[in-house]
Amino acid sequence: MNKKTIATHIEKTTLIGQRVRKPDAADKSTGKTRYINDLVLPQMLYGKILHAGRPHAQIVSIDTTAAEQLPGVHGVLTGKDVAGLKFGFVRDNVALKETVRCEHDEVAAVAAETEEIASQALGLIKVEYKDLPGVFSPEDGRREDAPLIRGDFPGNKSLHFAFEHGDLTAAEAESDIIVDNVFKVHHVTHCCMGTSCAIADFDNNGKLTIYSQTQYPYNYKMDLAPALGMHPGDIRVIQPPVGGAFGSKLDVYPYEPIAALLAKKTGRPVKVLYTREEEFKSAPTRQPAVIHMRTGCKKDGTLTFRSADVLLDNGAYTSWGPTIPVVMMRTVSGHYRVPVIAYNAQAIYTNNPYAGSFRGYGNVQTTFATAQQIDMLAEQLDMDPIEFRLMNAQKPGERTPQQAFLRECALDKCLTTAADATDFVTRQKEYGLLRNSDSRYKKGIGIASSIHNAGGAKIHKSDGCGTMLKVDDYARATLITGASEIGQGIDTVISLIVAEELGIPVEHVTLMNNDSDLAPWDVGVHASRTTFIAGEGARRAAVKARQQILNAASTFAEISADELDLRDGFVVRDKEGSIVIKLEKLLRQMHFQPEPELVMVTDYYEPNSEPEGADHISNMSAAYSHAVHIAEITVDTWTGEIKVDKITSAQDVGRVISRAGLEGQTEGGIAIGLGYALTEDMQLEDGMLKNPCFRDYKVITAPEMPELDLHFIEDGCAEGPYGAKGAAELPTIVIAPAIANAFYNATGVRILSTPLSPEKVVRALILAQQADVSSSDSMATAAVS
Amino acid sequence: MMSLKTQINFKLNGQPVTVTVPVTMNTLTMLRDELDLTGTKYACGEGECGACTIRLDGKTINSCLMYAVDCDGREVVTIEGLKSGETLHPLQQAFVDHGAIQCGFCIPGMIMQADYLVENNPDLDRARIRRGLEGNICRCTGYTKVLDAITSVVESRE
Repeated sequence: MNKKTIATHIEKTTLIGQRVRKPDAADKSTGKTRYINDLVLPQMLYGKILHAGRPHAQIVSIDTTAAEQLPGVHGVLTGKDVAGLKFGFVRDNVALKETVRCEHDEVAAVAAETEEIASQALGLIKVEYKDLPGVFSPEDGRREDAPLIRGDFPGNKSLHFAFEHGDLTAAEAESDIIVDNVFKVHHVTHCCMGTSCAIADFDNNGKLTIYSQTQYPYNYKMDLAPALGMHPGDIRVIQPPVGGAFGSKLDVYPYEPIAALLAKKTGRPVKVLYTREEEFKSAPTRQPAVIHMRTGCKKDGTLTFRSADVLLDNGAYTSWGPTIPVVMMRTVSGHYRVPVIAYNAQAIYTNNPYAGSFRGYGNVQTTFATAQQIDMLAEQLDMDPIEFRLMNAQKPGERTPQQAFLRECALDKCLTTAADATDFVTRQKEYGLLRNSDSRYKKGIGIASSIHNAGGAKIHKSDGCGTMLKVDDYARATLITGASEIGQGIDTVISLIVAEELGIPVEHVTLMNNDSDLAPWDVGVHASRTTFIAGEGARRAAVKARQQILNAASTFAEISADELDLRDGFVVRDKEGSIVIKLEKLLRQMHFQPEPELVMVTDYYEPNSEPEGADHISNMSAAYSHAVHIAEITVDTWTGEIKVDKITSAQDVGRVISRAGLEGQTEGGIAIGLGYALTEDMQLEDGMLKNPCFRDYKVITAPEMPELDLHFIEDGCAEGPYGAKGAAELPTIVIAPAIANAFYNATGVRILSTPLSPEKVVRALILAQQADVSSSDSMATAAVS
Repeated sequence: MMSLKTQINFKLNGQPVTVTVPVTMNTLTMLRDELDLTGTKYACGEGECGACTIRLDGKTINSCLMYAVDCDGREVVTIEGLKSGETLHPLQQAFVDHGAIQCGFCIPGMIMQADYLVENNPDLDRARIRRGLEGNICRCTGYTKVLDAITSVVESRE
């Protein structure tokens, strides 16, 4: 791409930072791509799950006789079939339940010839329940007289995390201003367009092949095995194309072992595919939380401390959601230079749906609080809002209290870039002065920033990735990696990197990454790690292959390997670009010479980071990055509708690898963040979801998408491939507080809970008006509840 | 329990077809399960997301909401019918070129709707395209590159 062949010379160009077509895009555009949802295996049965449809109950009796006798039904399973097969982060879940702890709990499952028969069979299962009093908020769940959801977790207490650094009492005493608020963030869900699906198939040696949407195939085997009473080594994971994941496929959910158990029972492949209603009710959520945060600073603007008490709604089971405090505390302690930290987070079991991981992973929730408090302090100090942020912004080489090493740090550049692009300071003043006008429509501008790991996250013993690369006799490269493609575009990134190093067209690189029996270890698509880690692994493997090829060319042409380069399918002299030999010809010569050699290399890349550890003091990522969003909004004070006119984003990406892919990830991340901020809301009443459909659960659609102005800061990174950093989560993280700050700028009213729905906006404005105060924290808190 | 079946004849992607379908089956299920045209996607089943969009006698419809038997005597075009020979349809090519495809699950419906908009709106601009796509949900792209792709096709026809 972009290389010119001039007679016998080829000039040097680079693919890094170019716009490269996604390898699977043409097939996806024509409907040819066979997603997991489309797959049908010979002899396949359809599995359907009976959900409890009540939040908390004992199953008194269950009668499956009629279902089993229905023609076309091949197997029925209930809780007694899976007794003892516990799985999950703290082994608190089973595939089929004997006690119901949330609405979607799986009570029975059927495998039948058709979906229709399976559904009919579910209707024939008779279950007698004894309903139990439930717990529907973490505040209620920790009360002494609260119903106990699980006997083995006293006080309904799930995971707990804490981190302290410095003398809080002294820091409070030396603070001139302290802001103190309670923020409340709500339930949202991923809404992958392809609903959850698994296809399980056993061979006659007892080995399970599971076709899965998972985004972490290796740990998935480990997590799935106990739910089946199997050894992880006896599970093969195939990953067909998926309709989105966004973190939702970073755990095992009951439908997956159910598919496998039905396959085992019937001796036939079994597919479980959710309806959209099931997806809304049964897929994981983003973790809701109540965050009591305090931040202090001196008169001169220096931050003194930050404390956060976080209460999380665990839901009925512990997936990855309740581990988000690990990421939350990194932002509490690292979002600007905060010398003293007191952080405490407790997750409480409730009878609500349970949270998994979701793009942004706790940082979406925390940044909603931190970025609003920074905004409040700037106003109370009466300082230039950008100057205040810049004076507290960390610099390259600094460490956070948790020992995150900010080797490269471009927060200041992100701040000035976004502020300059929007004329932020002037416009914030102008809009603030207009806030008490009689106009129905009020304009506001708001800024928010955050930090996120951008070089993996060593939450396991390893954060590494294995890579294998072969270059065949036709100069076609095949790269085998553990890194999964879930639509995010790692296929483009890796193909581009291999093509860059080997001097071949991107289209001549094939990626194999969808079979756990084939691909080596990887930790999975999470923590914005895949470009950084799998990309670096691909680069290292490609460099090895390149060196092998250049050495062979050197022998062939009697020119030093240092003076050779690979371009456009040829070996050339590096300086002049003059052609030495066609690459595929050289590869065949290497193969068919008296001492034959093939180009087959391997690499294992483990990033230079330290395990998170129980004390949470470690450099857990090989790089960190910052992003700043500025939101410009128009508030309709009559209807409460917030229209986002424009988002200006400045993000430290180290270096752009796949430009169109990075833009797409940023734009899509912003859309998910916008939904969180404004429109998406799982309406739960006593644990029951009232809006399990797109009609009533509003994701952002094309008309709501604002104008975007994206700025990528490319200051490089010592460890990432070509200087790149991970980038996919920050766009989702920063947007909600930018809008909340813009809303304050427009109206003088603070809203401390998500989403900023029209109803909540109107209520907040009316309350503020009634109290005849244009800006009051007590009013804001009232608006929250 | 099996519902009554009936035979229907219609034109599918330019070719006449005859199928026997249960009278309660929707068009989406017929396309996917009976005719193996899995490019048209199920994502909500109630006409809210647009992933199952097809052309019916030139109009676009949510195929999940229409009975299969109502295709009788009519002309259906699915995403598989857009390509001519080995050449991608200009919209398909534009979506590929502009990076408008990530997971791609919504894209067939998106392209079918775009095809209708481009064909039927001489004054199509970015604002009208936005409006015209409001029934198509995408969770990956933030729509920006989708709008870029469709706009480029509109501009190239002028």
